[in-house]
Amino acid sequence: MLNYTIRRVAMAGLILWFVSLVVFTLMRLMPGDPTLLQQGISATPERIAAERAAQGLDDPIPVQYVRWFGGILTLDLGRSALNQASVTSEFKRRFPISFELMAFTLTWTVLFGIPFGVISAVKRNRAPDYVVRLTAILALAIPGFWLATLLLILPQQWWGYAPPLDRARSVFEEPLTNLRQFGPPSLILSFAPMASVMRLTRSALLEVLRTDYIRTARAKGLSDRAVIMNHALKNSIIPVVTVIGLQVAGLLGGSVIIESIFNLNGLGAYIFQAILQKDFAVAQSLVLYTGATVVFLNLAVDLAYGYLDPRIRYA
Amino acid sequence: MAQTAAPVPRTATELRALRGPGVRRRAVRMARKSPMGAVGLLFILLLVAVGLFSPVLAPHAVNEFAGLPNQGPSVGFPFGTDKFGQDIFSRVIFGARISLEVSVLSVVGGTSMGLLIGSFSGYKGGRVDTLIQRVMDTMIAFPALILLLIIVRLLEPSLRNVIIVIGVVIIPGNARVIRSAALSERNNQYVEAAQALGASDLRILFRHIIPNMMPIAIVLSTTLLGTAILAEASLSFLGLGVPPPNPSWGSDISAARTAFPLNVWLAFFPGLAITLTVLGFNLLGDGLRDVLDPRLRGS
Repeated sequence: MLNYTIRRVAMAGLILWFVSLVVFTLMRLMPGDPTLLQQGISATPERIAAERAAQGLDDPIPVQYVRWFGGILTLDLGRSALNQASVTSEFKRRFPISFELMAFTLTWTVLFGIPFGVISAVKRNRAPDYVVRLTAILALAIPGFWLATLLLILPQQWWGYAPPLDRARSVFEEPLTNLRQFGPPSLILSFAPMASVMRLTRSALLEVLRTDYIRTARAKGLSDRAVIMNHALKNSIIPVVTVIGLQVAGLLGGSVIIESIFNLNGLGAYIFQAILQKDFAVAQSLVLYTGATVVFLNLAVDLAYGYLDPRIRYA
Repeated sequence: MAQTAAPVPRTATELRALRGPGVRRRAVRMARKSPMGAVGLLFILLLVAVGLFSPVLAPHAVNEFAGLPNQGPSVGFPFGTDKFGQDIFSRVIFGARISLEVSVLSVVGGTSMGLLIGSFSGYKGGRVDTLIQRVMDTMIAFPALILLLIIVRLLEPSLRNVIIVIGVVIIPGNARVIRSAALSERNNQYVEAAQALGASDLRILFRHIIPNMMPIAIVLSTTLLGTAILAEASLSFLGLGVPPPNPSWGSDISAARTAFPLNVWLAFFPGLAITLTVLGFNLLGDGLRDVLDPRLRGS
């Protein structure tokens, strides 16, 4: 297991390094001078030249890369070209917002996804199963930004209600306002992963329900409830849990749109702005952060599987 | 069944009869096996018809100032009008064409590349395989939407570039699935036999491995068509997709957000169109998966 772990961790490190190279290169391939974009067309050539020098954009590309990557290793994510703010401190300010959104989203995903998946499997090919399956396939089809737009427009038109969109409030200081801010976007964001979890729980549970040991459990007179709760669900939950982990990658992307719509100034909205405005330091560091999150979760899933199933370790 | 009595088929009709059930019969059988898939197929056929005949079906031209601005649904304008007085119904119809064009072309391109890369990687194995897989892993490490945003910023905004970008982003996922299937295909005895007979790698790849990967590629691409539609709509919603004057469902929804006075219809109908289209592709994909490739069931 140790051997396997070392190999996987080394691989994850290698991939992250690739990611850093790719994102660094891609940002530099984008058309348009970032300084011109940030300073506006009225800026004098002298000013742009000074700004470029100050940002170190005149240095050779490899030097820029080493400076940036060296900074990452010491947790210095660089400075935003737009307002000179430290990316590290901005990251610290925005992280709780994105984290809360993610936490809420995953809570809904588990809270609704697993139980409805179980119901669907237990009532297989009966009305509740069809309802759950149809809902799931619909939830996968509805674009989140459409629901979000309707959710903002309709209440405003009908009752003149608008959720508090000015700035994110702390859950500890204004819990109710916080819920009004994070509730709707997290619900919308959770639809797609919820549907995946429902479908997967259903198929995993059905798979287990066909096995011999479930037949034995039934034969010895256990109630349906005991069979499902104590035997079947426990054995079918592993793939579901790992898929929930992997859903986070999609959520990191989805949060870019949802945070922008609901004016939650989290990391998603930050990335979007940085990519739009070619704010190199911000975009590079944050995209690397999302990459690191995805790679880390994949690694965790792989290691968990390797631990649970020795066959994978030696494959 | 109209089976011919002749022992040796002489005409094309006789030959066809020997081949088993025709397309229509097979379609009926498929529909029975997967009614939801049939519903999906119906949605998609309808959409394709709308896309093909949009100039005939749409009562107004794209970007035509047809009536009063910001009107609700009425007889003349079934979906209402936007702030320029353009007919939303016509925009939704023309939007179908754009959506379909983007999704079909990007998925065909992306799946073909994924098919080639995955088959090659799985068949070759060894270092080549490892290298290709690491590159694919790197691409998958980016959340898809973020990768879309970065690549789309590299290129000028145009219809063609949106197609390329979406196509590129779906390559790694495809390549990964195909590669693992190709890996097991390679171990079949017929491949060994072909190698023993002196067939070149290229020949084995194109004559044997890739054709055997086709059912998987077809199933993958059906579901991906829905994903591609969502991707195009998301990009357009963020203002980075299909540039105006092309009508796009995503950018209309975005326009509704900033419209003053509020215009619910401008958001509602394009979004409904996206939902139904993606739903159609997903249902069809699920149905095809069950019928064509049991290996992918539950994935």
